[in-house]
Amino acid sequence: MKNPYHPIPMIVKKASVETTDRMLRTLQLSFLNEEDAKAFRFIPGQFCELSIFGKGEAPLGIASSPTENGSLKFTINKAGVVTTALHHIEEGTEVGMRGPLGNGYPIDIFQGKNVLVIGGGFAFTTLRSLIAFFLHPENRNKVKDITVIYGARMPGLLLYKEELKEWEKRSDIKLVVTVDWGDKDWKGKVGLVPNVLEELAPSSENTYAVICGPPIMIKFTFPKLMALQFPDERIYTSLERRMKCGIGKCGRCNIGHIYVCNDGPVFNYAQLKKLPKDY
Amino acid sequence: MNLKLDKKDLKPFLQSLIDEADLFAPVQLAEGVLVFKKIDRPDEVDLSSSNTQKPAKEVFSPQSETMFRYEKAGKQHQVTSTEEVERKRVILGVRPCDIQAVSLLDEVFLGKEYTDSYYLNNRNATTMIGMACGHPLSTCFCSSTGGGPFLRKGSDLFFIDLGESFLVELLTEKGMTFQKSNFFKEANTEEISLAKAIEEKALKKTDTSVPVEGIEKRLDLMVESSFWDRVHEKCIGCRVCTYLCPTCHCFDIMDEALTHGGQRVRNWDSCLSSLYSQETSGHNPRPTNRERTRQRIMHKFNYFPKNFGRIACVGCGRCILYCPVQFDIRQAINWTSAKRLKLQRGGRSTNP
Repeated sequence: MKNPYHPIPMIVKKASVETTDRMLRTLQLSFLNEEDAKAFRFIPGQFCELSIFGKGEAPLGIASSPTENGSLKFTINKAGVVTTALHHIEEGTEVGMRGPLGNGYPIDIFQGKNVLVIGGGFAFTTLRSLIAFFLHPENRNKVKDITVIYGARMPGLLLYKEELKEWEKRSDIKLVVTVDWGDKDWKGKVGLVPNVLEELAPSSENTYAVICGPPIMIKFTFPKLMALQFPDERIYTSLERRMKCGIGKCGRCNIGHIYVCNDGPVFNYAQLKKLPKDY
Repeated sequence: MNLKLDKKDLKPFLQSLIDEADLFAPVQLAEGVLVFKKIDRPDEVDLSSSNTQKPAKEVFSPQSETMFRYEKAGKQHQVTSTEEVERKRVILGVRPCDIQAVSLLDEVFLGKEYTDSYYLNNRNATTMIGMACGHPLSTCFCSSTGGGPFLRKGSDLFFIDLGESFLVELLTEKGMTFQKSNFFKEANTEEISLAKAIEEKALKKTDTSVPVEGIEKRLDLMVESSFWDRVHEKCIGCRVCTYLCPTCHCFDIMDEALTHGGQRVRNWDSCLSSLYSQETSGHNPRPTNRERTRQRIMHKFNYFPKNFGRIACVGCGRCILYCPVQFDIRQAINWTSAKRLKLQRGGRSTNP
């Protein structure tokens, strides 16, 4: 039997700083052992516990798509001991990985529907996984229209800038990128995500919304989605909690009887409404 | 067939256990500090006192447990697992409440999608020798929580203290391996009826009045109740109730690093600590003692039943006995009862 606490050895293949404030760094990891790579299967929205021996573990959403074989991508916000160490780690070094953990986005439920993706700040990572998954030629016809609203505070804080440019060129995805404050080179939209959503007013018919971002953005975006007649069951979000084990044993991440690590992190709004306001 | 172990044979019996396996039994570390410890010599064992201060969960989920060791090897690491249990284990003198608690830990550590390898190996390696509670304390309420001072369930062997000897019951396949033990003799009818009498007396002594029946449903309606303001008021957040609780199982994982290697360990943790749920950003979903106390009580009587169909309290009374401010969980449970709630609405509430 496999010990679920043992990390799988990975190698940092590529590391790059994403944002001008240098707080977000993307690591591309590849498996050290062939058999681990073969056994690893995940869906967008799942997460892993990344660890550096001697520093500890931190839960991080997977930013790459399952369609991008052979490696895993994580975008890491420099915040605590482990994430700071992950910012300083060099290419070619080993890190530990446990996963995939959690439930992920309900890909099957989205089949044949329109998908509205709303992201803010660095929470965009797992949404990137979801979008890249559906944009893959094999999966593109699984869903109908894909609309993405993605906001950051400043142009320099946008993630995956090259990829956003690619997506903008495509006709099979509608992408709206917005910033709270532009700069002299910024030609795109300026405005807060909830307001941009209101302005865009996408139809809720046959559509699922997936929303990830800072709590303040979520707080103001939910009412706008309500106004657009999105039912609670068709609004999905991903929660973050302090976690240790990631497999529902160590306790701390529960909201009511639900464990965010194992039962989540992805929930729809109808599920969240039933839980105690403990988040 | 009923067996007995004469107390004069206890030490040689313990020695035989030590020769065969790692023996864990109650040891008096200081006055009033009785814990389960690995036994080297039979005379360390103390079976005469009441229940241990620290619960038997420690043998299965240690307060601090190494998960693996690692050593630097160039740019990579050599990881050595520590999950194997090399020797068979016997735990002797476990009270029925602690044994029932282990069955609740089983739900968490062995259940659902993931199995905790460390806990599983500890569990499989261990033979459980239960010990009847002839003299339950005033804080004991195991009979209210679905257990009892003579509950045999979960024990492989069960001992009842008769004064001069122990009556021995072999209850499982693991227990039956002791059938041929030279130390066990056949018990006579007098001894058997003495054991019955002790059992009846003990059953009468334990508190059956704590209203845990239906508590899950009652708490469903009380998540945002002012009830929690009153429940938490007294608590100073020292966390002793959670560490000494036989069903509390939360842990923290951390690395202990040396220059060229180190180990990943897990340590008991407590939901009553403010750091327990505090996120790196500083945000804490349970910002005050009110939310943390609510988490403790709700987890035992509402969340756990929702997930596993049973309450996570075995009525051992440790949290009452060792609380520095005399917080009494029985009173908190009492307050949730319909009768109490009515009184509160009438404005005639009493302080705990």
